[in-house]
Amino acid sequence: MYRQTLTQLAAELRARRVSSVELVRAFLARIEASQSTLNAFVTVTAEQALAQAEAADRALGAGRGGPLEGVPFGHKDLFCTAGVRTTCGSRMLENFISPYDATVVSRLKAAGAVMLGKLNMDEFAMGSSNETSYFGPVRNPWNPALVPGGSSGGSAAAVAARLLPAATATDTGGSIRQPAAFCGVTGIKPTYGRVSRYGMIAFASSLDQGGVIAASAEDTARVLREMAGFDPRDSTSVDAPVPDYLAGLEQSLSGLKIGVLKEFFDTGLDPAYERCVREALAVFERLGASVREVSLPNIPLSVPAYYVVAPAECSSNLARYDGVRFGHRCAEARDLEDLYKRSRSEGFGAEVKRRIMTGTYVLSAGYYDAYYLKAQRVRRLITSDFARAFGEVDLLMGPTTPTPAFELGAKVADPITMYLNDIYTISANLAGLPAMSVPCGFAAGLPAGLQIIGPHFAEARLLNAAHRYQRETDWHLRIPEAYA
Amino acid sequence: MSAWETVIGLEIHAQLATRSKIFSGAATAYGAVPNSQACLVDLGYPGVLPVLNAEVVRMAVRFGLAIDARIARQSVFARKNYFYPDLPKGYQISQYELPIVAAGAIEIVLEDGTVKRIGVTRAHLEEDAGKSLHEGLGALTGIDLNRAGTPLIEIVSEPELRSAKEAVAYMKKVHTLVRYLEICDGNMQEGSFRCDANVSVRPVGTEKFGTRAEIKNINSFRYVEKAIQYEVARQIELIESGGKVVQETRLWDPDKGETRSMRSKEEANDYRYFPDPDLLPLEIDEAYIEAVRAALPELPDAKAARFVCEYGLSAYDALVLTASRDLADYYEAVVRAVPTQPKLAANWVMGELSAALNKDGLEIDSGRLSAEGLAGLLARIADETISGKIAKDVFEAMWASGESADALIEAKGLKQITDTGAIEQAIDAVMAKNPAQLAEFRAGKDKLFGFFVGQVMKATQGKANPAQLNELLKKKLPG
Repeated sequence: MYRQTLTQLAAELRARRVSSVELVRAFLARIEASQSTLNAFVTVTAEQALAQAEAADRALGAGRGGPLEGVPFGHKDLFCTAGVRTTCGSRMLENFISPYDATVVSRLKAAGAVMLGKLNMDEFAMGSSNETSYFGPVRNPWNPALVPGGSSGGSAAAVAARLLPAATATDTGGSIRQPAAFCGVTGIKPTYGRVSRYGMIAFASSLDQGGVIAASAEDTARVLREMAGFDPRDSTSVDAPVPDYLAGLEQSLSGLKIGVLKEFFDTGLDPAYERCVREALAVFERLGASVREVSLPNIPLSVPAYYVVAPAECSSNLARYDGVRFGHRCAEARDLEDLYKRSRSEGFGAEVKRRIMTGTYVLSAGYYDAYYLKAQRVRRLITSDFARAFGEVDLLMGPTTPTPAFELGAKVADPITMYLNDIYTISANLAGLPAMSVPCGFAAGLPAGLQIIGPHFAEARLLNAAHRYQRETDWHLRIPEAYA
Repeated sequence: MSAWETVIGLEIHAQLATRSKIFSGAATAYGAVPNSQACLVDLGYPGVLPVLNAEVVRMAVRFGLAIDARIARQSVFARKNYFYPDLPKGYQISQYELPIVAAGAIEIVLEDGTVKRIGVTRAHLEEDAGKSLHEGLGALTGIDLNRAGTPLIEIVSEPELRSAKEAVAYMKKVHTLVRYLEICDGNMQEGSFRCDANVSVRPVGTEKFGTRAEIKNINSFRYVEKAIQYEVARQIELIESGGKVVQETRLWDPDKGETRSMRSKEEANDYRYFPDPDLLPLEIDEAYIEAVRAALPELPDAKAARFVCEYGLSAYDALVLTASRDLADYYEAVVRAVPTQPKLAANWVMGELSAALNKDGLEIDSGRLSAEGLAGLLARIADETISGKIAKDVFEAMWASGESADALIEAKGLKQITDTGAIEQAIDAVMAKNPAQLAEFRAGKDKLFGFFVGQVMKATQGKANPAQLNELLKKKLPG
C-alpha cells in the first residue's frame, strides 16, 4: 500500500477499498520503524491522526469528504499547527505551541488530509543539509551516511522512504528542490505569492514560498490545487484564480520550447549527474519538445545577491524571538539586556546566528547601499534575464544541484561550500518563479534531479511537462532498498 | 553679547481615529484591560503577517490634500529595527524613504496678525508601540500591547518655526486640521496627539543651523511652549558661557519645569531601515485621490475667510470661531436663526457662551445650551425686548435652568419699557424727587446727566430702553 502514489491512495480511499485508519496505522508504523535512522520527524501526532482518520472514514462512508480525504500527510515544522508544537527546528521554539493554523494547514485540513506529524528541517529553514536542526540531522534514505538536503530534509526523506505519500515544504533558496533531488522525489516551489505565507514561520519573507514534496508530479499537482490561492491575510499573496493543475497534465509536449540553462553546465557539475540531465532532455525531445541552449548572463551573481537579501530579511524577521512573549527564555535574567542576549544566544544555533549577524551587517548604516541595495539591483537584473529567456522559450531546464547528496559533516565547517550547493536553485527564488525538481536518474547510485523553471504562474505548464516525463520514466517510482 | 535666533521643527504624532489597528483587526479603543486588545499580529507571533487597513490610507490622503501636499503615487512601508520589550516584532513598521504625503504647507497667524506659511516636509504612516508599565509591579516591568499597532500619522515640519509661540500656533493649527478632517480625536491626555520638538539656536543673521536637541513626547500646548522656552534659554546660556550644545534626545519634566538628557547621539540606535517585504508598495491612483478630495470638508482657512466675507467678522473673530468645526457649526446655527445679527452672535458665542463653557469645563457640543436657545436670546436683544445688560442676566438664568429666553423674560417681567409715556412718567418722578441735582444740571453741571439715567434705570429696574431714555432726558432735563 505504501508504494502507491498519493493519487492512487486517494482513489482507493474514495472507492473504500482501504480505510484511512488502516493507511494511517501503516504509515505510523513505518514512521516509528524509521525514526531512529532517518529522524525525519520532530513530532508524531499518532493519536490525533487516528481520530482524524476515523472522522475521514465516516465522511467517506457517507459519500462526503474533500479531494484528499483520509490521505496521510505531514507538515514541515515551520507551518503553524494549532495545539501541536511548531519548532522550526530550533531550540528557540522547542516548546512553542501555536494558537492558530497556518492557511496552508487549514486548507489541507479542509481538503481532508490527515496530519501524521511535523517534519524535521534545518533550523529556521537555514541550511542545505538538514544538519542545523536542533533536533538532530535527518539522514538520506538512500544512504544514511549522506544528508537528505535541506532545509526541507524531513519532508523529502519521509516521502522517499514512503513514510508519507506527500508533505508540505518550503523553498527560500532551493529548500524544496535540493532535498527533493537528493532524495529522488518530486518537489514544486510555486510562484512567489501563489501559496499563502500566513502561518509559515518566516526566514526571508520576499523569497519564502510554500510548496509540496510527493512521489510524482501528478501528486504534487493534486496537493498544490488545494494549497494555492489568494489569502487576505497575506498581502503578498496574489489574487488570481487557481487553475485546475490536474486538468492539463496529459497535454502533449509537441512544440514545447525548452531552454537549457548554459550557466548551469559551466562549472562544478558532476559528470554523471550531467549525463542524467542530458538523458532527460532527450526524453523531452522524443516527446516532441525542442531543446536549445539559453544563456542568463547574470545567473552567477545569484548566490552573493541571495546571501545578502536573505540574511538581511532574516535578521529582522528573527528579532521577535526575544524571550519576552514566547519561545526560549534564559533562566534568571539579571536585566533586559541579559534577557535578550542569553535567550537569543541559547535559543539559536550557529548557522542562524551567522545569518543574523550577516544580515545585521548588510543593513547597517554605511553598508546598506553597498550590499542590500546592490543585491536588490542584481535581483532585478536576474529577473529581467529570465523575462528575456521566457520571451524565447516556454520552460527552462537544467540540473537541480551540482552533485548528488554529500556526506554528513562534509560541508558543515565551510559555509561557503555549503552555500554553493544552492547555486542552481537560488535564481528562481530571486525572480519569484515557479520551479520543480523531478527525479531523472542516478549518478553513482544516488538520485539526480532535473530542475524545471517556468514563467510566473506557469505551474500548470511545469506540472504538465514533469508528468509527461514521468509517464516515460520510472525514476520517481524507485524506492530505496531499505524501505522498499 | 550677540542676539540669538531660535530654530524649531516639530514632529507631530497624531493617532488616526480608526476602529481597528493599522495592520490587524484588533480594536483601538483606549483604556481597555492590558493586552485585551492585542491579537496575534499585534503580539508579533511566529508566522503572522500585516495587512494594511484601507481606512488609514484614506485618512492620510485626506490630511495630505488638506495641507496642499503631493500625495505619493507609490509609498513604501519600511521596518525600523530595534529591540524593546513593548515592540513585539523587534521592528516598527513605518515609512522611511517614500512617505505617503510629501511636501505641503500650513499657514499660521502670528501674534501681530501676520500670516506665516510653515513648510511640512512630509507626513508618513506608522504603527505605535505598546507600553511598559512600572507601577505596582515591584521590581518587574509589565507590558501592555493594547496600543501596539495603533495607526499614527507623523507630521514633520520644516525647521521654520522661530519661537515657542510660533511652535504652539503651528501645533494648534495641525490639531484644528486633524479634527476638522475627523482623522484624529485630538485627545492630548490620552496621547492621541503629541509632538517631538527639535530646537536649536544660532546668532541672528547666520545661515548655518546650530546643533539641535530633540525634546521627546510633549503632550500639551502649554508644555510645548514651556519646554521650548526652557531649552532655548539653556542652549543660549550654555553657548554664552563657552559650552557647546550636544546633539541629543531630551525629556521634558513638567514637574520640575526643565528638560533633561535622555541619550546622546553616540548611543543612538542604527535602525537598519529597509522596505518591509511583507507589504507591497502602496499604490494610489488619481481617481482615488479625487474621490477623497471630493469628500473633504470645508477647511478652517476657507471657513474663516468665508466668515469674514459673509458675516462681516474681523479676521481675529473669524479665526477664533473656526478653531474647531463644532464651534464654527454652532456659530452658524445661531446665525441661521437670527440672520440679521452675525456680529452680535459672534460676540455672544466668543464672550458669554465661551466663558460659561470654560467655567464648567464643557465642550461646545455638550448640549447645555443649544444654538437655537442662544439665538432666542439674541432675537430679543435685536428686537429691543431686552437690553444687552439684562440679556446677560437672562443668559445666566438660561444656563442654570435650561429654560428659553422668552419664558424667563416673561416670568421675571424683564421686558424692556419702550412706552414713551411710561418712561416720561418715571423721568418726571425722578426730577421731582431730586430738585437740587436738577438745578445744578441746569446751571451747567452736564456730568449729572448720568445721575439721572441711573436714577430712572433704578426706578424701572433697568428695563427702560436706554436709547429712548437718553432721548427723553435730553429733551426734558433742560426744562
